[in-house]
Amino acid sequence: MPKVKIPRKSTIVDMTAMCDVAFLLLTFFILATKQKPPEVLAVAPPTSVSSKAAPDKSILITLTKEGKVFLMLGDDTKKGAIIDDINTTRNLQLNPQELAKLKKAEFIGLPLNKLKSAMNMEQTIPATSMEGIPIDSTNNELKHWLRSVTNVYSGGDQSQLEKMLLIKGDGQALYPIFRNVKEAFKANELFKFRIVTESESVPVGSELYKTGILKEK
Amino acid sequence: MAEMDTSSGGGHKKGPGVKKGKKLSTRVDLTPMVDLGFLLITFFVFTTTMSQSTAMNMNEPKDDSTQILKVKNSGAMTILLGKGNQVYYYFGQLEGANITEQFKSTTFKGIRDLILEKKKSTPIDDLMFIIKSDDQSTFKNAIDILDEMTISAVPPGHYAEVPMDAVDKMLVRQTEQANGIQ
Repeated sequence: MPKVKIPRKSTIVDMTAMCDVAFLLLTFFILATKQKPPEVLAVAPPTSVSSKAAPDKSILITLTKEGKVFLMLGDDTKKGAIIDDINTTRNLQLNPQELAKLKKAEFIGLPLNKLKSAMNMEQTIPATSMEGIPIDSTNNELKHWLRSVTNVYSGGDQSQLEKMLLIKGDGQALYPIFRNVKEAFKANELFKFRIVTESESVPVGSELYKTGILKEK
Repeated sequence: MAEMDTSSGGGHKKGPGVKKGKKLSTRVDLTPMVDLGFLLITFFVFTTTMSQSTAMNMNEPKDDSTQILKVKNSGAMTILLGKGNQVYYYFGQLEGANITEQFKSTTFKGIRDLILEKKKSTPIDDLMFIIKSDDQSTFKNAIDILDEMTISAVPPGHYAEVPMDAVDKMLVRQTEQANGIQ
């Protein structure tokens, strides 16, 4: 009986296809990842079970660990108008050059009376040595800023503005700072705003878990 | 794809005496490259999901002294946030001689069950959680307790933030000293 020859097959698999797929996926993920803007102000926000994503375009108030308050006007179309508005309403007497420089700044973290001198300086002050916007109950300058924000957005959709108002605070910031920020909001009749948090899963067995629906707060 | 055609064309024979060059395979082992590719993919997949930040809605009440909400004593639970992530609570109102006994302390871990218990034992119309934050408590505490309300599905309008009064402050200080909270 003739032997049946089983042809020996090579165990080497052609990796080309797999390699192609891998790099295709890699390219996709690299391109799809939104590059986070470098954070000048490092804050570690607290966690919450909220699942709504924070909007990109926002008026962001940052509370740092040390209790400093910074304001970021993220809406480029209105940023200039807000700064012009506070210049006239608070009589800051900034000249067009200083205004242009302030509009280019990524965030505002100085008291109103120091803005003019800071804009005339050669180099920009690093974020760490800025003193933040004063927010004491006696001198709450965030109120003035938010006044200008509401002035600029007035006439438009109020809910649109509410969606953009964000507070991002470091978990270790003390409560009174947050209270003062809330006071500034309330003084401008802004009762709805949002707080930036890191997402957290709903604890198993809790009421919310049982209902399975994340209700709007 | 990965290998090149190295055969020198359809059966063309070289003349005698012409040395045959040794044919080297141009086949490259792609395994490490694939490994690297997938490693990077894994990295990118993880980093994209992790930088996701969410937003929590806040509704502040209008300060209006003409509209003071009356809360039933039986339905009220006051939660106080102190320093060192401590939580204090009492039911109803602090009154009488035994206020220090009414005033109890717990942590964020324990408060969830207490909220749930209170919610279950009280008719929903009477239910009210009063949240008071001490000046020594942190922003995280304030957010965490609001989050606890969501977790325990306390309907909106049944919890409110109220400033601390002198008695609350005194009791918080006393308890902190007694428990040695720094």
